[in-house]
Amino acid sequence: MNRHLISAADLSKQDTLLVLDTAEELAQVADRPIKKLPTLRGRTVVNLFFEDSTRTRISFEAAAKRLSADVINFAVKGSSVAKGESLKDTALTLEAMGADAVVVRHSASGAPHRLAGWVRGSVINAGDGAHEHPTQALLDAFTIRRRFGRGSGEALDGLRVTIVGDVLHSRVARSNVWLLHQLGADVALVAPPTLLPIAIDDWPCSVSYDLDAALPKSDVVMMLRIQQERMNAAYFPSVREYSRRYGLDNARLRQLPDGAIVMHPGPMNRGVEIAADVADSPRSTIVEQVANGVSVRMAVLYLLLGGLEAQ
Amino acid sequence: MAHAAHPAGGQPGTGGDGATARGPGRQGGPTARGRQGGTTAPGPKSNPTTVLEAADIHRALTRIAHEILERTRGAEQVVLLGIPTRGVPLAARLAARIAQVEDRPVPYGSLDITMYRDDLRLRPARGLGPTNVPAEGIDGKTVVLVDDVLYSGRTVRAALDALNDLGRPLAVQLAVLVDRGHRELPIRADYVGKNLPTSQQEVVRVLLTETDGEDGVLLEPVGGIPRPRRGGVTGRKR
Repeated sequence: MNRHLISAADLSKQDTLLVLDTAEELAQVADRPIKKLPTLRGRTVVNLFFEDSTRTRISFEAAAKRLSADVINFAVKGSSVAKGESLKDTALTLEAMGADAVVVRHSASGAPHRLAGWVRGSVINAGDGAHEHPTQALLDAFTIRRRFGRGSGEALDGLRVTIVGDVLHSRVARSNVWLLHQLGADVALVAPPTLLPIAIDDWPCSVSYDLDAALPKSDVVMMLRIQQERMNAAYFPSVREYSRRYGLDNARLRQLPDGAIVMHPGPMNRGVEIAADVADSPRSTIVEQVANGVSVRMAVLYLLLGGLEAQ
Repeated sequence: MAHAAHPAGGQPGTGGDGATARGPGRQGGPTARGRQGGTTAPGPKSNPTTVLEAADIHRALTRIAHEILERTRGAEQVVLLGIPTRGVPLAARLAARIAQVEDRPVPYGSLDITMYRDDLRLRPARGLGPTNVPAEGIDGKTVVLVDDVLYSGRTVRAALDALNDLGRPLAVQLAVLVDRGHRELPIRADYVGKNLPTSQQEVVRVLLTETDGEDGVLLEPVGGIPRPRRGGVTGRKR
């Protein structure tokens, strides 16, 4: 494995399967009386979050603590960044504190990549702008593999995954397309033309605009959040119209084949891209995704930090 | 060590000799090293010596099963936990033999110790083996750890730490197919298939039908034959 995890493309198929298989074993730790392993004792993991996050930050924190690492949470509010400190100076501060890993979320695409050139420790991308969110893709792949009863060493060959919604602003979609494609899944994107990036033809996936046509051919439907905070133009006439054409409601849920699952990376806008009933249905894996996130992030931290320091 | 490069069982015909060794093995490192000095005939370096054949392994496991029954008075509260990779099939075989004698199932499982190793930072991070603890747990039970080769004792130390996080057994015992000496920690086995005097330069390779397609224990000088697969060289496991 590479020293850093910045993009899902950093992982070979073999690496990806190693992460998923390791996570499969580490998931058991959650069921034990003592939910802790001594593996990363004495190592320091810094959570550097320049953007709001609940589940990702808590998930990384729980994962690091279960591996006995020391965790420093660095929230931008109340730090010197609010006083105008640059990313580089922040990085050098972390470096001086001896961080073995920096988990970074930033609103600018490429910030983790820049950071990786400044610090000695591993850099783990926890979401950068509209670029990538590789651990989310790993935990989605992990969730899919479990739900479809596939075990250690198995990939996702033959599964049809449909990713629906705001692909343009979604780092989750970018990471998932690469990772799921690499694992052998057939990935399809469904979105209004205005919410698809320009160079979409180069992505290893098919693209369409009609959700109703795509649903009967999907084993997995992944709903993306409408990212109002990143929208600086009118991408669709109204939220209601978007919801009617691209929202997953009960009627659409019934069009799915038996055994198909519904995923959402969170946070959800209930009633916009996903109806409340659908989010709470047994087909929804949304809560599972959060639990699996801890196991997958433990696996990533272990594989990046647990062994001999990679060069 | 002067004799380090000499394979211990170099003479033809010494292969299966000690396979019938009986009694609980209590042998530590010093003995093993002491006997190493007595080895004279250096065999061809690339030839591994078979020290246990399939039938020897079968007999050794049957004996260990009976010893476990004897020591634990019927093995009623016994849980067998194999240490991956090759301890796991050994635990299953022991459980089957005990079950045969006592006419009731004996719980067995596996215990991966990777996350508890003391040499994690000396090598790149590696994948994990399976941990399957029987549903009844280990609290109040006599846990018998099962591994293929006992060498430095560091694996067993890690296993003791791992057990500590899983519960509180009444007692922990250790069964190994081969004790090759050279302990680096105050650890000994309760049940030993064969005490095998070795030099630290040699490699003990345990082959089991479940993982390697055949049963056998080989002793080979370092640089003998290439590793057949990942994790295949047990002698390096410390």
